[in-house]
Amino acid sequence: MARALAACLDWRTRPRFFVVALAVAVSLVLLWSLGSGAMPLGWGEILDSLWNGYGREGYRNDALIWNLRLPRILMGFVAGGALGVCGAALQGLFRNPLADPALIGVSAGGSLGAACAIVLGVPHFLGGIPIVSLYAIPFAAFLGALAATAVVYSVATWQGQVQVATLLLAGIAINATTGAAIGWFTFLASDAQLRELSFWSLGSVGGANWQSLAGCVPFVALALGILLWYARPLNALALGESNARHMGAPVEAMKRGIIIATTLAVGAVVSFTGTIGFVGLVAPHLFRMLGGPDHRWVVPGSFLMGGCLLCVADVIARMAAIPAEVPVGIVVSTLGAPFFLFLLLREKRRSGG
Amino acid sequence: MIQLFKSIFVGVLLAATGNGAAFGADSTPPVPKNPQRIVSVGGGVTETIYALGAEAALVAVDTSSTYPEAATKLPKCGYQRTLSAEGVASLKPDLIFLAGAAGPPTAIEQLGVLGIPNVRFSEEHSVEAAKAQILKIGTVLGREEKALELVRNIDQKMASLPTPSGARPKVIFVLSAAGSKLLVSGRGTAADAMIRLAGGENAADSFESYKPVSAEALAAMAPDAVLTTTRTQAQIADAGLEAALPGIGLTPAGKAHRVIVMDDLYLLGFGPRVGDAVADLAAQLHGTAASPGTLPSQAGQNGQPKQAGQVGQVGQAGQAAQ
Repeated sequence: MARALAACLDWRTRPRFFVVALAVAVSLVLLWSLGSGAMPLGWGEILDSLWNGYGREGYRNDALIWNLRLPRILMGFVAGGALGVCGAALQGLFRNPLADPALIGVSAGGSLGAACAIVLGVPHFLGGIPIVSLYAIPFAAFLGALAATAVVYSVATWQGQVQVATLLLAGIAINATTGAAIGWFTFLASDAQLRELSFWSLGSVGGANWQSLAGCVPFVALALGILLWYARPLNALALGESNARHMGAPVEAMKRGIIIATTLAVGAVVSFTGTIGFVGLVAPHLFRMLGGPDHRWVVPGSFLMGGCLLCVADVIARMAAIPAEVPVGIVVSTLGAPFFLFLLLREKRRSGG
Repeated sequence: MIQLFKSIFVGVLLAATGNGAAFGADSTPPVPKNPQRIVSVGGGVTETIYALGAEAALVAVDTSSTYPEAATKLPKCGYQRTLSAEGVASLKPDLIFLAGAAGPPTAIEQLGVLGIPNVRFSEEHSVEAAKAQILKIGTVLGREEKALELVRNIDQKMASLPTPSGARPKVIFVLSAAGSKLLVSGRGTAADAMIRLAGGENAADSFESYKPVSAEALAAMAPDAVLTTTRTQAQIADAGLEAALPGIGLTPAGKAHRVIVMDDLYLLGFGPRVGDAVADLAAQLHGTAASPGTLPSQAGQNGQPKQAGQVGQVGQAGQAAQ
């Protein structure tokens, strides 16, 4: 106990302490999440289903645990983690605390792709392939996310170098453009399509299954790997681009890597969950307030923090209005925004500003 | 413990091969003979269950089930288009009735995965679909005769509609008028179908589904009557007709102050009262509205108390408008 307290207080071990603490918190939150839901299940039943349940006939609880709750809580963790870690990397890249994955157009592009698929339907020549028609919306959303960031990236690239300021402006422009296009689709949509669109834009991990999880995890894992790889150069970048270059940081490769990682991870996640805001912005800040600005810890810490946040928000979304469900995006903002303000105020008081 | 790792391994493997639906998602479970715990999603469906006298087995309904009064006292499973699979499952139903609008698709799919049988209906807005829905529910609940009676009642009401003489009145259905932003129903909507059935013409038939309409467009549509729901009527009453529907003053409907107000589930639900609703609307459209006291009774036959206040209000509103 005393050692843990000492680790928490010592600035050298503090970030490591909080990453470990977050990992423990994530495990507890995942367990709590597995144990809560509209269907009141005791831990005995849950453990029984986990232990011997896969494929057992005649037990409704098994299907509930294995096919609804498990994929759902894992999707919550993976999606939240992806948003958190990409937010951290982009805040580092832009050297701007307001950056989040939405800034480079990946979420907006995903929304546009989904809107396209919802309103226009699956192209005729693809309609016959079962996997395409089943996953048309996530597939279109992923393509939309890739396309939007590709546009932003190519606009911001000049003579082989990514201009970060232009990247930001191009991101804002592509957000406005896709917003307009989504507006057109909303206008053209029929009643049923409109409801599907609004459901998608609210964001939910409720539809998660093993297939969608299998679609997300490889991209998120790859992105996490890339971002961990560039954590040290991100620290150098905090001193400015030219200084980072003089320090030998692979600045251009890092920019490309971060953009590609964010596009893949966030694109894959939003294509299954819809747009979930705020996690990507707030998770890195929360970690930095606890564990300081060193990216070697901020990157994994933001992943854990984001996953933790979204899991907690999803439990509340499920439990607040049983047997109905609140969209998780609403919960995230309702809880996260005031808490974030509180932290800002506390920080201000502490630093005397 | 080894078992657990084995299960997880199997799960991951199944997920990786894209074949995770190991709990019989493909085979919808069979509908039970004598369901004891029914969850009903959709106002028209719930109404039918009550009209058939089978409400004893109802354990929960969705928020759109607002008629009869007793249905509003049952536990709610959320809005029909945003169901939660685990939430519905927690009510332990042995049968779920799903209106065509029920969703999202993932939740419906998950209910199948959980092994809960369901009966789904089409989202078509027609008298035929309404009758088919009643007969299907009657068959599932073992009340075929009562269902036939309800269908016969609808047929009677439809047959007794007066043959329209002269021009068909142009009607505009206002879905919402909040903040003078007008949402009007075009082709393919339930309101469009009702207006046609009642011998009217949808003034807004140049577009599909619900669209916002400007003051000038409203004036150009020149409706003879405004049709709206009790909920929207409250918005209109607060703001006044001209303020709520800018441009209405230039139309025949606005000049004659002709606003027909009906309960939204009654008008748009396509449930067992659809025949009455069409007759009611037709009477008000063609200026032969009966006085409130003699309006056709909606639910008198099946022993449910009819919503006298609601119907009377509709009649009065209709008359006042003329």
